Amino acid sequence: MMNRWQFFKRLAPLLALMVLVLSACGRADLSALNPQGPVAQEQFGLMKLAFSIMIGVVVIVFALCLFVIVRFRRRKGDKSIPKQVEGSHKLEIIWTVIPIILLIILGVPTVQTVFNLSKDHSNDPDAVKVIVTSHQYWWEFEYPDLGIKTAQELVIPKGKTITIEAKTADVLHSFWVPSLAGKIDTNPGGSTNKMFFSAPKEGVYLGKCAELCGPSHGLMDFKVKSVDDASFDRWAAALQEPVAMPSDPAIAAAFESKCLVCHAVGDKGGPLYPNLTGIGSRDSVGGILINTDDPKYSNEGSTYDNLHRWIENPDDVKPGNLMGKIDLTQQELDGIAKYLSELTLDYEK
Amino acid sequence: MDWLTTVDHKKIGILYLIAGGFFFLVGGLEALLIRIQLWKPLNDFVSADTYNELITMHGTTMIFLAAMPMLFALMNAVVPLQIGARDVAFPFVNALGFWTFFFGAVLLNVSWFTSTGAPAAGWTAYAPLSGPAFSTGHGMDYYVLGLQIAGIGTLIGGINFLVTIINMRAPGMTFMRMPMFTWASFITSALILFAFPALAVGLAALMFDRVFDANFFDPNNGGNAVLWEHIFWIFGHPEVYILILPAFGVISEVISTFSRKRLFGYSSMVFATILIGFLGFMVWAHHMFTTGLGPVANALFSIATMLIAVPTGIKIFNWIFTMWGGSIKFTSANLYAVGFIPTFVMGGVTGVMLAAAPADFQYHDTYFVVAHFHYVIVGGLILGIFSGLHYWWPKMFGRVLNETLGKWTFWMFYIGFHLTFFIQHFLGLLGMPRRIWTYLDGLGFNEMNLISTIGAIMMGIGTIMFFLNVVITNAKPQNAADDPWEDGRTLEWTIPSPPPEYNFKQTPLVRGYDAYWKEKMDGHKGMTPAEPIGSIHMPSPSILPFTMSLGLFITGFGLMYSRDWTFITEHIGFYVAGLGLLITFGSMFLRSVYDDHGFHIEPEELEDKGVKA
Repeated sequence: MMNRWQFFKRLAPLLALMVLVLSACGRADLSALNPQGPVAQEQFGLMKLAFSIMIGVVVIVFALCLFVIVRFRRRKGDKSIPKQVEGSHKLEIIWTVIPIILLIILGVPTVQTVFNLSKDHSNDPDAVKVIVTSHQYWWEFEYPDLGIKTAQELVIPKGKTITIEAKTADVLHSFWVPSLAGKIDTNPGGSTNKMFFSAPKEGVYLGKCAELCGPSHGLMDFKVKSVDDASFDRWAAALQEPVAMPSDPAIAAAFESKCLVCHAVGDKGGPLYPNLTGIGSRDSVGGILINTDDPKYSNEGSTYDNLHRWIENPDDVKPGNLMGKIDLTQQELDGIAKYLSELTLDYEK
Repeated sequence: MDWLTTVDHKKIGILYLIAGGFFFLVGGLEALLIRIQLWKPLNDFVSADTYNELITMHGTTMIFLAAMPMLFALMNAVVPLQIGARDVAFPFVNALGFWTFFFGAVLLNVSWFTSTGAPAAGWTAYAPLSGPAFSTGHGMDYYVLGLQIAGIGTLIGGINFLVTIINMRAPGMTFMRMPMFTWASFITSALILFAFPALAVGLAALMFDRVFDANFFDPNNGGNAVLWEHIFWIFGHPEVYILILPAFGVISEVISTFSRKRLFGYSSMVFATILIGFLGFMVWAHHMFTTGLGPVANALFSIATMLIAVPTGIKIFNWIFTMWGGSIKFTSANLYAVGFIPTFVMGGVTGVMLAAAPADFQYHDTYFVVAHFHYVIVGGLILGIFSGLHYWWPKMFGRVLNETLGKWTFWMFYIGFHLTFFIQHFLGLLGMPRRIWTYLDGLGFNEMNLISTIGAIMMGIGTIMFFLNVVITNAKPQNAADDPWEDGRTLEWTIPSPPPEYNFKQTPLVRGYDAYWKEKMDGHKGMTPAEPIGSIHMPSPSILPFTMSLGLFITGFGLMYSRDWTFITEHIGFYVAGLGLLITFGSMFLRSVYDDHGFHIEPEELEDKGVKA
């Protein structure tokens, strides 16, 4: 009995350490182990509880296994026959009842959380409503109350509840921002899925598509940008303003005839593919070419370089996407990339 | 020719083993290509399309064309022997089951060599990605028709084992005296009986969508994509238990034999097996927590899923207590069995974690899930199969596998396995989704993916070492003893290795659980026969199972290309399909009208040990 207590005493700090280690793991803008919002926090709480129970179970079973393997090895030349035990009702009941108790400890908060996280906030006047529509391989974000539509970057006011209506334009995708909330599928057909989350801290959080949706499934990233209320209002207003065309008339003509057929800027252009208004101030091009003036990795480059690379051959960046190679002269390509990289929305202070 | 016409369960077992082993290598190669693609960020070793073909074919191959046939190999080789039967209930159907599996598998893999490539919508083939609008080309047609044909084989195999186990047990072998592996095979067969029709229906509906422009799963025309998820998982979840239960059976046999102890808590083991099989059907929607079924469904399926941990826990502790107080011998077979226990426990606890729906919103479709089900399927099922193969190899082939090489193989494979998959739990929690062709640099995934790839290569080396062992062993003389492990407990160890064609010269009389062990403990040399030596009736070999399956194979091709071959002449594809069906139904007709009485082995022939399988 003494031994067993010592065993648990040694185990307790190990478990505590494990939970500590887990709670500060991975990039803060990406990891489910490093939650940045209340929804992810609640999910993480459940994960921690499950982790602790399961580590306990694993350690005990491993210890028993190890003990048995070492203690009851067959010695060389041992011909003796061990006692043929039928079983033990007492023991068998113990290892039926203990798991049931553990499952109740885990099951009750699970059910509570299921219902907590399925609350419908869509009628909450303070909440920001967003209709998320997934496409092969990009994301469209529509704010029905504000009458604006954007792509690839979901800008939200910090601290406010964001309610999501998730739809798809083609196949199944799944909307997932690990550090803010778990995922929800976007189902084809009439059924719209709802979820909510909020980000109390300002910052950019990485989002991903989690459901196999074709060749570029793994490259279907997006960003959630949490900003303060005033910036959000400035952003929403700026997004509705008309946008100047490229100053060079030749570039402007090419842009209008070749890009605006599908894409929109300001009040011009078509709604088929991502809205380009303010693309110059987004964090990335196509969700995966990260805009930075100080590139460290091969998927990073200046906004201009990234746009240039994308427009030159989109299929090279995201295989199977529907944009395809656009017939542009070198001059048009350079000009359009330059124009788009300067198409910014100065909404942050 | 002998192998094409055989209806002997032992030979069919070997056929299953060879075919399953081959596809295990194919699936393993696909896995290695996947891991090479992921060893560094932004790698372009394979294209995005090829990558999706690889993941789809890896999953499909490993589940349907490697794991299932290898289990059927063990079941065929062992179950009739364990229950004291001379063959399965329907030897002809048994052969048919193998050949439909084989031709279905070949059909599926032919897709690699076609211009439109292999299926690429994932092994779960979620609609509408798998439908005609988003999977153009013939990849998914191969998936639909290949699996349909292979599925027929599994279904009739399952029915065959149900009938065999219910009807053909030796006198005295009551249900509660049946060896654990037979029990597991029995429950597995029952699961097959109920689960595979769901798959057949789903595949048929998808085939109608693809070949005949139906709209079962097309939401734009009134179909429902979520319907596919339900149909697939109503089959797919029990499938997991179809796979793992026989492995449980193997582990029970091996641990008990090499601990020289009877299985601890036999009746609770049986009860747990039945309960797992039953619950397996109740939990399919835990694959669909993020589909948006609502909180009530999510809560119910969460709790139902967690409940499976209870019977599984009973099994784990019973195994540990079988070893407790025993005299444990670490043969290669037992290394795999003992290694199975902690590995499977880890797969099990992550399963319970996944069952908590709100947490699953984070785990779902990430590498955490990849790690979880590889712990269950590789760490559970494949270790179980390796254990069973080492254990029954002498009975199947009359030769004992090389023990030293076997142990080296175990350590190589086992360490490689944990290296590959343990780290993937963390990759998933840190935000890496599954089924991604590549990942960006700077996300913190690089080192872990590299480690995972190194582990996968070790598993590959381990697998090659096993095949090397098979080749080396095969070159040695066939001299294994009847009871090569000396502690054999069940009926298969009472007859020669490999057994004669008729298995038992005289059907044995079973006087208790662990029948052979009981006789040994009572001081007897062998089993008491339940009948006098007499003439034994045997079924005749037949080529018809082969031709029936070949006909289905041709039909599959015809259906798939019904629209492409119009340049030859209109509807040629349907003519080809018709020709295939004609061969199949013609063979069935022949089988019906030709009265085959089989043949007899007379007592004189039984005397000299001449009649070998």
